[in-house]
Amino acid sequence: MPDPTSNTDAALIRARGLTKRFGAFTAVDAIDFSVAKGESFGFLGPNGAGKTSTMRMIGCVSPVTEGELTVLGLDPERDGPRIRARIGVVPQQDTLDTELTVEDNLMIYGRYFGLSRGEARRRAKELLDFVQLTERANDQVEPLSGGMKRRLSVARSLINQPDLMLLDEPTTGLDPQARHMVWDRLYRLKQRGVTLVLTTHYMDEAEQLCDRLVVMDKAKIVAEGSPRELIERYSTREVTEMRFDPAVQDSLGDELDGLAERVERLPDRVLLYTDDGEAAAVAAHERGLRPETVLVRRSTLEDVFLRLTGRSLIE
Amino acid sequence: MTAWTGDRPTERVGDSMLARISRVYEHQFLLYRRTWRGSIFNSFLSPVLFLLAMGVGLGSYVDKGGGGSLGVPYLAFLAPGLLAAAVMQTASFEATFPIMAGFVWTKRFHAMHATPLQPREIALGQISWTATRITLVGAIFVLVMIPFGAVHSPLVVLAIPVATLTGLAFSTPITAYAATQKTMNRFNYIFRFGITPLFLFSGTFFPVDQLPGFLQPIAWLTPLYHGVALSRSLALGTIGSDPLAGLIHLGVLLVFIVGGVVACLYQFDKRLS
Repeated sequence: MPDPTSNTDAALIRARGLTKRFGAFTAVDAIDFSVAKGESFGFLGPNGAGKTSTMRMIGCVSPVTEGELTVLGLDPERDGPRIRARIGVVPQQDTLDTELTVEDNLMIYGRYFGLSRGEARRRAKELLDFVQLTERANDQVEPLSGGMKRRLSVARSLINQPDLMLLDEPTTGLDPQARHMVWDRLYRLKQRGVTLVLTTHYMDEAEQLCDRLVVMDKAKIVAEGSPRELIERYSTREVTEMRFDPAVQDSLGDELDGLAERVERLPDRVLLYTDDGEAAAVAAHERGLRPETVLVRRSTLEDVFLRLTGRSLIE
Repeated sequence: MTAWTGDRPTERVGDSMLARISRVYEHQFLLYRRTWRGSIFNSFLSPVLFLLAMGVGLGSYVDKGGGGSLGVPYLAFLAPGLLAAAVMQTASFEATFPIMAGFVWTKRFHAMHATPLQPREIALGQISWTATRITLVGAIFVLVMIPFGAVHSPLVVLAIPVATLTGLAFSTPITAYAATQKTMNRFNYIFRFGITPLFLFSGTFFPVDQLPGFLQPIAWLTPLYHGVALSRSLALGTIGSDPLAGLIHLGVLLVFIVGGVVACLYQFDKRLS
């Protein structure tokens, strides 16, 4: 496989041996990655994998403990303010000023980037239109729904027309409809060539938005590739999920062996990894297995993660 | 919306530190715009009530009794001290809950730090806003003193900046402390065991030499004692009789402020990275 990190000229972010320690605890353990201009790059992993610590180092708000990091060709240690002037950050928890109006939140943020009041106001209106919050421009932030606040955070991160957007779990905690609205806006930005870097523990989010991603677990990168490559490399085309009565599941012995390329037993179900899920379901039935439900589906990044770490993404 | 994927000049990263500090100030001003009416009203009401009750009401008894040893009517003795003490209280409040909000509740400071703003600029912006807020409180207090007849010298105008310095001598170290806290639980201790006793025993309501001997040196170590003494000597026009004492009072306030500002810069930097 060609090393996508070898072309450093076009890299907006480049990390070598990047490490973050808090006292004796290592949050990020010597990771290597790079992000090219115009790319959508994701960090996929469970809570505590080191994603947020990595994002904070890229965002120049948390010093690098060890290793190399360049962002937009600059050194975060020395050029923090210059780098931050060119990036847009959507933090994991909203940091909107709930005592200001929706539009004033954008306006004052533009002022932090040194925009004139007129320019900040003009961009604020444009961005409110982009995230479909124009009608709420003069409302307070507090009563907005979680999805609206997230969209406002996205709009705020764009006020400086960033070269690079950092999104830390952009849709965690949102209901499905609100998530799709956020995804839709991010997808439009991606189409315009904005470089997106995001963390997520949702495989569907990673599949929707990321051209390329790294899977993180316990402070390390355990795999890297496009969602499709990762699925091809670490999983099979299809998965047959069988749910049994718990008593039956506990008593299952070797009758599962050889039914598929790989068999995973989870506490609540059995997964058969195979290129032909239908055939595996039939074979299981022929062996006298009587699951309560059977579902044949495509492999997802969740399966990749399970294969790589032996654990689920969301626990 | 216009696309911006091409090359373009990076805007205004050359903003000066002062300009960036002024953005923090501007944010505070936007917030204050929502509450300024209530805030100004309180700034008038509080001295009116205090001067009526303590100055006029209690003062008339004091003056009839042994108050003569003060050399001036009790109201004139009390008002400039109360000016410094009132500003201390507002400053201390501004240094606790709004700072906690910035770090923990609305996370305003974290949002600012994701922009070109540096932690030290955020700290300085916050401090300069507090200075503005308390100067307004002090100025209104002095306005209220005039109709009460509590002003004996035009030098009282200088008592306004002295009150501001007194407030900052409290607000800067408390702001630095607030920047280390994750909850507001300990703020009550600051007010209960710090601000309230000082308010009562730092020479605001009676001369410090009325305190038991062992407590007097403690009073001298606190900024409020010096703020009250300096403010009083200006309002009564007696500063000329002992200018050295005035300089010492000023010096003590400045030492607290410099120490507090340095601590703020350090703690904001630590908290935000």
